[in-house]
Amino acid sequence: MRSIAHSFKDNAKAALADPQLRRALDNIKTGFITKRAAAAARLPEFEALRDAARDIKNHTLDHLDLYLERYAENVQAGGGHVHWCATAEDARAAVLEICRRAGAKTVTKGKSMISEEIALNDYLEANGITPVETDLGEYIIQLRHEPPSHIIAPAVHLTKDAIEADFRKAHPQFPKDRPLSEPRHLVDEARQVLRSRFLAADVGITGANFLIAETGSSVIVTNEGNGDLTQVIPKVHIVVASLEKVIPNLYDLSTILRVLARSATGQEFTTYTTVSSGPKRPEDPDGPEEYHVILLDNGRSRMLGGEFREVLRCIRCGACMNHCPVYHAIGGHAYGWVYPGPIGAVLTPGLLGVEEAGALPNASTFCGRCESVCPMRIPLPKLMRHWREREFERHLTPAPVRYGLAAWAFLARRPALYHWLLGLEMRVLGALGRRKGRFAWLPFAGGWTRHRDFPAPQGRTFQSLWAERKTGGAP
Amino acid sequence: MPQDSPLESAYAPARVGLFVTCLVDAMRPSVGFAAVKLLEDAGCAVEVPRAQTCCGQPAYNSGDRADSQALARQTIEAFEGFDYVVAPSGSCAAMIREHYPALLAEDPAWSARAQHVAARTYELTSFLTDVRGVSALAARFEGTVTYHDGCSGLRELGVREQPRQLLASVRGLTLNEMRDSDVCCGFGGTFCVKFSDISNTMVSDKIDGIAKSGARTLLAGDLGCLLNMAGKLKRTGVPVEARHVAEVLAEMTDDPAIGEAAKD
Repeated sequence: MRSIAHSFKDNAKAALADPQLRRALDNIKTGFITKRAAAAARLPEFEALRDAARDIKNHTLDHLDLYLERYAENVQAGGGHVHWCATAEDARAAVLEICRRAGAKTVTKGKSMISEEIALNDYLEANGITPVETDLGEYIIQLRHEPPSHIIAPAVHLTKDAIEADFRKAHPQFPKDRPLSEPRHLVDEARQVLRSRFLAADVGITGANFLIAETGSSVIVTNEGNGDLTQVIPKVHIVVASLEKVIPNLYDLSTILRVLARSATGQEFTTYTTVSSGPKRPEDPDGPEEYHVILLDNGRSRMLGGEFREVLRCIRCGACMNHCPVYHAIGGHAYGWVYPGPIGAVLTPGLLGVEEAGALPNASTFCGRCESVCPMRIPLPKLMRHWREREFERHLTPAPVRYGLAAWAFLARRPALYHWLLGLEMRVLGALGRRKGRFAWLPFAGGWTRHRDFPAPQGRTFQSLWAERKTGGAP
Repeated sequence: MPQDSPLESAYAPARVGLFVTCLVDAMRPSVGFAAVKLLEDAGCAVEVPRAQTCCGQPAYNSGDRADSQALARQTIEAFEGFDYVVAPSGSCAAMIREHYPALLAEDPAWSARAQHVAARTYELTSFLTDVRGVSALAARFEGTVTYHDGCSGLRELGVREQPRQLLASVRGLTLNEMRDSDVCCGFGGTFCVKFSDISNTMVSDKIDGIAKSGARTLLAGDLGCLLNMAGKLKRTGVPVEARHVAEVLAEMTDDPAIGEAAKD
C-alpha cells in the first residue's frame, strides 16, 4: 500500500472537515470502550493476564530465531511450505507464484493486515487474479477501493447509509426495492454474494493472529466464520504473517487469547478461533491440498535489536486506537498507511522510516490512554517520544520549532536571566490583557488563538511576588 | 506555620520545596500561593528555590534530550535538599517522578540523585491526602463544580480520588462529574499549537461535556489543561469559569477566574 503518511497534517484536516466521518467516529467512541471496560471488570485476573501475555511475548522475542526455526520445521513436518520473505516485494512474488502454479483465477481472502501492508490485492489484480475479500468490513472497503481505517473494524469510518448505497451500486442482481436499511439486511446480502465466491475460489489467503512454534500451526480469530471458509474450501491455503506473530505453544496461546478479544471488542472470546496446521491429511474429511506460509520480515528484524523492540509485542487488538482521542478526532485514514492510531504512530516510522512518517508520533498529547489499555503493556507514548528523539537528532524537526526550542532552553537553563525576563514580559502581557482578561489574538500564537482565546496572565510572576513576601512586602 | 493544624501531632513537620511550575509562575501566581497555604496548613515549611524554571517537558517531548537532561539536573540540584518536592501539577510532578530517572539513567553522576528526588516528588492534592493524611479542609465554596483529570496525573501518578476527596470536604461545594473526565482536553504542551485543528476538535468535545455537566466552575490540577479549556470556553461563550483546584481548596478565589477580566 502506498503511504501518504508524510501528508498527515493535510489528511487530518480533510478528515476533520468530513461530517460523515464525524458521525461514524462518534459511534466508536462509546461502544468499544464500554465493552472493553466491562469485559476487563468481569475477569478478576485480567491485569495479571496482561502481565503474563507481555512476558510470553518478551520471552519469544528474546529467542525469536529459535522459535521461528522450530515453527518452520514443524510446518514442513506437517507437509506445509514456509516462504521466508525479507520484503513486501518478495512476499507478493511468492504469493503470485503459488497462485500461478495452482492456475488460480480467483482467490478468497480472510482479513489480513499483512496483506494490506504488502498491497497484495492490487498486485494480484495487476497479474490477472481476482482477490475477493470475505470479511464484511474488508468486503465493503474493497467495493469502495479504500484502505482499512481500523485494524479490526476496517469500515468503521462508514455509516450504515453509506454502505447501503455501496451495496445498491455493487449488487445490481438484486431487486431495486429490497430493504437494506438494517445491518441484518446488509450482512445477509453480503453473505449471499460471498457464498458462491467461497465455492469458486482456487486459493484461499488468510492472515494469522498467532503462529505456534511447537505445532507449526497458524491461528486466526474471527467473528464471521469467513476465515474458515477461506482456508478450508480452496485447494490451496496461503497464510501471510509477519515473523513476530510466533509464540511458543498452545498454552501461551490460551493465555494471550484471554486478553485479546476482551481488549478488542469486549468479547470474552471471538466467535471463531481456528487453528490450522497444514494440508489435508489422508484421514481428514476436508482441507486444502497445499499449505503455504509467507513469513514476512519487512523491517521487523531491524526493530528487534533496538529501542522499538517492545512494539513487536503487539497482537493487533485495536484497543489503543479505540481509546485514542486523536484517532477519535481524525479516524484511521489520516495516518496515511496501514496501521492507524498509536500503534501506527510507532510502527509506521519503524517500517517506512521516520522521514516518511515522522508526523505520526508527533501527533499525540502523550495522554497515555493507549498504554493504559494495551493488553501487551506496550509503552506507546515512550516509543513515540523515541521517534521524536530520532527526528531531533537527525535535524528533521522543523526549523522554527528547533530555533524556538533552543531559545527557550537557553533561558530556562539560566534561572536569574529567565526570572528577570519573564517578570518583564508578564507585566506587559498582564497590563495589556487586564481589561478583557484574555487575548483573541497574539503575535506568534496563531496556532493557539485560531481556535481559542489566550487567557491573560495575572501580571506578576510567582517568583517576584514570593521574593517580596520573603523580604516583608505584601504579596 | 499555623500551630492549630489538627495534623501537627500526627505528622512530623516537613520541609517542602515547592516546584511552582513555569505556567503557574508566569500565568497565575495565585495558584502558587494557594499551594503554599495548603502545604503550610498541613504542617509543612515551604520554600521556593529560585534556581527552578521549567521541568523540561517542552524539550523532552520534542525529542531534545540534551536540553531536557540539563533542565533535569538543574531541577534536581535545586530540590535535592528537601524532604519533599510538591508541584501544583500532575504533569510536572510526573516528569520529575517518572521521567527524570529514565532520562538520567545512564549518567553515573546523576542517576542516583534523580531517583532520590523522584521518590520525594508529589502532585499537590495527592501529597496532601496520601503523605500528609489530610482528609478534610476548612474551605468554603458556594457552587457546582466539575473536575477534569489531567492525563499525566491520572495515568502516571494515579491521581483521581485525592482531589475529589478534598473537594468533598469543602462546604457549599457540589461536584457534578462531566462525561469522560479522564479523556485528554487536547492541550498536550506544544501539541495544541503544532496540531491546532486536531486539538480544537478534542477541546471542543471536552467543553461540550463540561457544559452538559451543569457545573458553573471547571476545576483541574494542571494549569496547562486549564488554559486550553478556559480559552475555548471563552471563545465559544460557554458561561463556565475555570480555576485551579488549589484555589478552591485553599479558599483563595478572590482573583478573577482564568481568562476573566479584572474586577475594577
